[in-house]
Amino acid sequence: MPRDGAALWRMLSAQTAAVALVALIALSAFSALLLAAGGNPLKAYADTVVYVFGNAYGFSELLVRMTPLLLTAIAAALPARIGLINVGAEGQLYMGAWLATGGELALQDHSAFVVLPLLTLLGFIGGGLWALLPALLRVLRLVNETISTLLLNYIAPLIVSYFIFGPWRSPESASYPQSPAFVDAARLPTFFHSRVHAGLIYAAVCLALYWLVMTRTRFGLEMRAIGGNPEAARRLGIPVFRYILIVMFVAGGIAGLSGMAEVSAIQGRLVSELSPGYGFIGFLVAWLAGTSASGIVIMSFLFAVLSSVGDMLQITQSLPFSVINILMAGILFIVLGRRPARRTA
Amino acid sequence: MFGPLLYGVAASSVMSGTSLLYATLGEIVGERGGIVNLGLEGIMLVGAASGFAMTALTGNPYLGLAAAAVAGTALNLIFAYLVVSRRANQLATGLTLMFFGLGLSALVGRPFVGALITGLPKLHLFGGGGARGGLLNYDVLVYLAVPVSVLIWWLLFRTRWGLELRAVGESPAAALAAGVRPPRLQYQALALAGLLGGIAGAHLSLALTLTWAEGMTAGRGFIAIALVIFAKWNPLWAIAGALLFGGAESLQLQLQAAGADVSPFIMNMVPYLLTLIVLIVWGWSRQTAAPAALGRTFFGVE
Repeated sequence: MPRDGAALWRMLSAQTAAVALVALIALSAFSALLLAAGGNPLKAYADTVVYVFGNAYGFSELLVRMTPLLLTAIAAALPARIGLINVGAEGQLYMGAWLATGGELALQDHSAFVVLPLLTLLGFIGGGLWALLPALLRVLRLVNETISTLLLNYIAPLIVSYFIFGPWRSPESASYPQSPAFVDAARLPTFFHSRVHAGLIYAAVCLALYWLVMTRTRFGLEMRAIGGNPEAARRLGIPVFRYILIVMFVAGGIAGLSGMAEVSAIQGRLVSELSPGYGFIGFLVAWLAGTSASGIVIMSFLFAVLSSVGDMLQITQSLPFSVINILMAGILFIVLGRRPARRTA
Repeated sequence: MFGPLLYGVAASSVMSGTSLLYATLGEIVGERGGIVNLGLEGIMLVGAASGFAMTALTGNPYLGLAAAAVAGTALNLIFAYLVVSRRANQLATGLTLMFFGLGLSALVGRPFVGALITGLPKLHLFGGGGARGGLLNYDVLVYLAVPVSVLIWWLLFRTRWGLELRAVGESPAAALAAGVRPPRLQYQALALAGLLGGIAGAHLSLALTLTWAEGMTAGRGFIAIALVIFAKWNPLWAIAGALLFGGAESLQLQLQAAGADVSPFIMNMVPYLLTLIVLIVWGWSRQTAAPAALGRTFFGVE
């Protein structure tokens, strides 16, 4: 990481230029595909620009979108630093939301100063424990963490559904199953008369800590050693297993925070459709960013804009939101194909 | 209650296991060549969507099947280009392929949501005909599942092509030194894997559900990847694995149909939990039959 501002700025602008070029290529290909399918890509882009950059509210919605992407991207980037592939942020998000909701139901009559820190902690623990299971299986050399985190993504939403269709079902909403509305003390504060919420502060703090730990501490150095060569790191006396367990717990916890923020700030209750795949998009963000903190910010912003394009396709052209995955994956395809991995990678 | 239940489970586990079997066979072929494809889920989705779309357009499910096979092959060739020619990271590229397939299938399938199709026709074997059918009453993909497994086994273990492919999967450098061209074999293996993955997806939409729904594979692609480990990279063992998982899935459906008092959400977890448990048990036994160069990028002998 460059120390002086000018070098940092040069690096960021070079990164941005490269990203813009790749995005442009992918955007053209995606447009052609949409045209062939009878959609109107240019209208979707124009709608997005008008909506997102046309007024303050639209821009604030972009920050709302960015918040879970930042958090789930860190959840993928942190384990990647020690050579682990965590594709489970989606499930960890759901479990964070689930445990936080459980806390809310238990803590009805307390002030926000008691409830919110506790819910935050519970969100962290919920996601963390959900990530700890694959970490344990990995440390015991039983199951590869890629496949176990993927499978757990399918189980977590079913747990949430079980609770909101069963024990936690709100008596007031007979038709649409959801938990009872959170009490005011359990709602994360929002700012500037928008839906931008304190989860963005969580994301900023996590990102700053991530950068600090990776670049300024012994832990970051040791994690890089593990990522480079786990066997050599072990021989140097670095407790590799302990790192795997702690890193996965923290990563899952950070994804859990995004789930807690979604239920506490955005939804105000536990619902089954909590996330349109934030955990997966966060994974793509982390890979594109090369796990660097500045890259995560840039890529989260870009992918938040692309998500808005997906919204526009859904709202104005009745195309499924997930169509935008074509564009997101296309960008990553170009990046993956453009720079062949080194022999040591 | 138990008699019909058991019969129903047996019959429907064959149906839901078939799709898993084709997907698992495809993944085995690729992994024998040293390449892990985590994008199988995306391939299956595109197979399901394009097969359904073609069937809805032409009214001919066999044309749908062909479209699914072509689409699956084409998609996997993109993957092959990236991981073989561009030497991209296999896990990242595979996962990206999954997202690509998710989006592409949503786009392709969108006009056909709610369309009515006639699925793959049931072929009556061993007498019968009429409404009850004979003893066996399945579509062509079910009948072909076991012969195709045997064929893939023969291809991998009894032909020169299979020997060379497995050599590439164990040690690309050694294979290259022996006069084999690893990239060519890997392209061929991945094309075959894509074809089987597309067919696996088509069986879901053209025979099992007769509908298209976004994300309808619901993780079957990942279950199939786990089944490869269960089958120890052997196509014949894959038959047993697919039946086991088909059985788990159909038991859950039959229990629901029989009105059992268990939450459907709990029962829907069964296939994923069973997959995890199988992986844990297999991990415990420590006998790995994985190709030695699985997942590694081959940079040639520079």
